[in-house]
Amino acid sequence: MWFELQDLTLEHIVLVVIAMLIATGIAIPTAIWLTRRTAWHRWVLGLANILQTIPSLALFGFLIPIPLIGGIGKRTAIIALVLYALLPVLRNTLVGILGVDAGVRESAVAMGMTARQVLWQVELPLAARTILTGVRVATVTTIGTATIAAAIGAGGLGVFIFRGIASVDSGQILMGAVPAALMAILADEGLGWIERRFAPA
Amino acid sequence: MNTPAPLVEFADVSYSVGGREILRDLSLSMQPGEKLILLGRSGSGKTTALKLVNGLLFPSRGQVLVEGKPTTEWDSVRLKRRTGYVIQEAGLFPHFTVAANVGIVPKLENWPAERIDARVSELLTQVGLDPAEFAARFPRQLSGGQRQRIGVVRALAANPALLLLDEPFGALDPVTRLELQRQFQSLQTTAIFVTHDVREALLLGTRVGLLRAGALEFLGSPAKFLQSQGQEARAFLEVLGAAHVV
Repeated sequence: MWFELQDLTLEHIVLVVIAMLIATGIAIPTAIWLTRRTAWHRWVLGLANILQTIPSLALFGFLIPIPLIGGIGKRTAIIALVLYALLPVLRNTLVGILGVDAGVRESAVAMGMTARQVLWQVELPLAARTILTGVRVATVTTIGTATIAAAIGAGGLGVFIFRGIASVDSGQILMGAVPAALMAILADEGLGWIERRFAPA
Repeated sequence: MNTPAPLVEFADVSYSVGGREILRDLSLSMQPGEKLILLGRSGSGKTTALKLVNGLLFPSRGQVLVEGKPTTEWDSVRLKRRTGYVIQEAGLFPHFTVAANVGIVPKLENWPAERIDARVSELLTQVGLDPAEFAARFPRQLSGGQRQRIGVVRALAANPALLLLDEPFGALDPVTRLELQRQFQSLQTTAIFVTHDVREALLLGTRVGLLRAGALEFLGSPAKFLQSQGQEARAFLEVLGAAHVV
């Protein structure tokens, strides 16, 4: 039992970490690109919004029959988790960068900074706290959603939960739910600490 | 007699945005060493004129020449580093220390670290801020007057040929404002200074250019401005009169 808990916890963490790395890797550059293309904001944020409104179990189900990305298992689960995690990171990065004081940005340009220098030395550092908040929110949500990934054979702590539901065994359900909740709290606290430590308001 | 080449020249410059003409047929030139004040009401086009000099904006018609070369032909980054730029509220980087703010252009220009440090100390001392006390502070730990001083010396750090200032002292209390104006007077630098304050214009300028609805109505020395019979000039001078009555 304890070995299984250890394995499934590890599996859960791997799912979340991989999904978050991919999601931030997509969302942050996309948001940066969007800051230069105002006309696209509505469409891209709208799409991310729609993705987020699809019930998670349904999204996992939708992905199964899709060739190449679908099927049963971890890959499908990670894709679904990535789609969910996109919106908070995308939105916060966009809001964070667009929220940089216009006078500060103008000064940076007038000082003779290149577009790249403005981005790396001014916009991203000043938006860092908002971006990190987006990453934190997405991570906490992903830890919760990842429990459902067990439904399509991706493993993780959801295995205990689904097994417990099937056998009407509250103990099993708690075996999955409690560690998942603890993991979410730890992620929230840990990432919150990083926000405060490295990106003072 | 040979007159030196103008540092900045506006040649029949117009600027429109969205069909609205902000500046109309502006022509003027300035020599090194001059302090030209662009005076005008809000919306008269003075900030636009300033931004045309360092290539934050480009003319719709005509040309702005800096050191004899049209701004459109300058390398955008080079032109901006040749000109220092100061705005109201200073536009300091909130996440940089005072020293990092002041040293930013020298750093972009790849000066060696010790030369940057020396330059920062020199400039802070020049405006009465002890480097030992202020270099490591962040902008939020400064008063409005101190922030504005940092804004001015930051613009001067890499020895630009020209300083552009957009109502730099507008948000300050009158006493601090006068202190900073006196400091500005003592600076040996060529500058274009935008303000809507006629007192400031007469105090600081070697020449005053008066803009009205995008057109230059007057250009001349402060002494000549005082005698100008132009309608807009009289309107501004009336403010001075009113101040004396009070």
